[in-house]
Amino acid sequence: MKLPSLILATAASLLMAGTAMATDIKIGVLNDRSGVYADLSGEGSVIAARMAVEDFDAATKGIKVEIVSADHQNKPDIASTIAREWYDQDGVDMIADVPTSSAAFAVNDVTRDKNKIFMDSGAGSADLTGSKCSPNTVHWTYDTWALAHGTGSAMVQEGFKKWFFITADYAFGQALEKDTSAVVTAAGGEVVGAVRHPFPGTDFSSYLLQAQASGAQVIGLANAGGDTVNTIKQAAEFGITQAGQSLAGLLIFITDVHALGLETAQGLVLTEAFYWDLNDDTRAWSKRFAEQNGGNMPTMVHAGVYASVMHYLKAVEATGGKETAALMDWMKANPSQDPLFGEGTIRADGRHVHDMYLFKVKSPAESKGPWDYYNLMATIPAEDAFRPLAEGGCDLVK
Amino acid sequence: MFELLGIPPQALFGQLLLGLINGSFYALLSLGLAVIFGLLNIINFSHGAQYMMGAFVAWMLMTYAGINYWWALLIVPIVVGATGVVIERVMIARLYHLDHLYGLLLTFGLALIIQGLFRNQYGVSGLPYSIPTELSGGTNLGFMFLPNYRAWVVVASAVVCFGTWFAIEKTKLGAYLRAATENPTLVGAFGINVPRMITLTYGFGVALAALAGVLAAPIYSVNPNMGADLIIVVFAVVVIGGMGSILGAILTGFGLGIVEGLTRVFYPEASSVVIFVIMALVLLVKPAGLFGRTA
Repeated sequence: MKLPSLILATAASLLMAGTAMATDIKIGVLNDRSGVYADLSGEGSVIAARMAVEDFDAATKGIKVEIVSADHQNKPDIASTIAREWYDQDGVDMIADVPTSSAAFAVNDVTRDKNKIFMDSGAGSADLTGSKCSPNTVHWTYDTWALAHGTGSAMVQEGFKKWFFITADYAFGQALEKDTSAVVTAAGGEVVGAVRHPFPGTDFSSYLLQAQASGAQVIGLANAGGDTVNTIKQAAEFGITQAGQSLAGLLIFITDVHALGLETAQGLVLTEAFYWDLNDDTRAWSKRFAEQNGGNMPTMVHAGVYASVMHYLKAVEATGGKETAALMDWMKANPSQDPLFGEGTIRADGRHVHDMYLFKVKSPAESKGPWDYYNLMATIPAEDAFRPLAEGGCDLVK
Repeated sequence: MFELLGIPPQALFGQLLLGLINGSFYALLSLGLAVIFGLLNIINFSHGAQYMMGAFVAWMLMTYAGINYWWALLIVPIVVGATGVVIERVMIARLYHLDHLYGLLLTFGLALIIQGLFRNQYGVSGLPYSIPTELSGGTNLGFMFLPNYRAWVVVASAVVCFGTWFAIEKTKLGAYLRAATENPTLVGAFGINVPRMITLTYGFGVALAALAGVLAAPIYSVNPNMGADLIIVVFAVVVIGGMGSILGAILTGFGLGIVEGLTRVFYPEASSVVIFVIMALVLLVKPAGLFGRTA
């Protein structure tokens, strides 16, 4: 339980270099700073945003950037209150991160209402660029469609056709279950059942037993963070995996693998947008990040915050101001380029498109040290990784 | 094969057993709360944080000192109980003459501080703590696979609960304690050090929470929020059982674990609210709780 306390931590206000035509920008990093998603977003996202401002060298370009942050506690009502306050009273121009789809929808609405900019990294629901798409929103890192098609298709191709879902009962979990079910049935598989648990949960043994009784080959975990970690741990404890059923973690972050330990997590197949050990650029950046983040490597959400803030700042520089429509037009018209995602583009519906990766978690013997967790199975090219533009039902797409 | 409400009986037995396992934690935690409330009149909101500390201290003993689970079962309640003694002496003891609300606010504040400190140090993803080798594996009961560790949790919890109930209700020491709650001045006049007894009682209640934490460490992830997620439910259990009733806390703990377990089968979406619905109903019909005495 948490007190409804809004702990606003003003992070970094960079000194401006004294150019005459200065633009003042205020970026609000809004995410979970105390609950189940705090390690995969939280303070790390603030660090990532700060790194983007430094790497962009905003100060010498005459752009004065201030970063503020707050805890939305994964609650949509708190998220929308903070967003409103930031836009109305504190002069925030852009909100970044916002994990937890229900909270992201709330910020999506407020941002559209106030005609500001929302660059989401942490949330999952693909509806953010589908039925709920907005001219003011960019969805950067991943979404439920991409996860379902990455992990879901890979599992079905390996012959796992009978599925049962354990789903977190809110927007994200439901979207992930829906998208994965579609992939499974389209590939000739079958969904034999699903159980929806309150979010967040502690004990999943009851759901696991129901999954076992269903006779499914695969138990799809349509939850995230601490919920997924606990489900996987308890599946091992109750002999679910030993009895022949497989687990498909549909959204697993590297922090979850770290918490599970390789002994328990080995062999899991997962889809991510980023891994620190992909290439020299990601390794160099992640090393700098980890130094500021207590030695912990970045998640794809942190990477997405860095890249989206970077692209936004480029737009501010290019348009010479912070007029919302001009910034959004520039961001969609120009490809993004950064060391973490390489080249990417933002589509009309607000979806940022880049390569996604299918990884398999290493066994303890394969791992050479802390955070050496993934083997790359496949790279899903950008054009296949995300839902085709026409299929999302977004009214911005003509 | 016959079915009960659309669920095969095997599955139902499994779920009942799981409910009993979860109920063990509710019982142990609500027992500590009931002891503290019944004998000190303090609503100990830091109980969840102390449960979390129990799990963390077990993890620290293992990680930094290589001390195994069995020793942790003994050492952790003593260590965390000792912090409880300090808290009672330094802070709570000053509040006995004030309204309940002050004790509640103090312990709630302490809970937030303790959780914040641990969160700052260890993050929220959780730390791994393995099941002791003696209890790994499980038994196939025919209707379900019962991990040995969970069976152990039920037994350990039942023994501790019964022992506590017996000590308080049936022994001389328990009689002193209960008498000291009724009339501290009179009991003090018989030469019994009442403040010390009260302090040790708080320490004991905290030790029970810590013990539950050690029991929970191998099966739930050891993370700073683990107590916060549980404490509200446990408070509901205590209210349903009757504030301060030892037997009520134990029986309601196990019983509600089973009710919650069954809800997870028939209507999982409601499993997090069912206990509160029951609480509301009980308060309407029997405001003092199922086992409570109306003053």
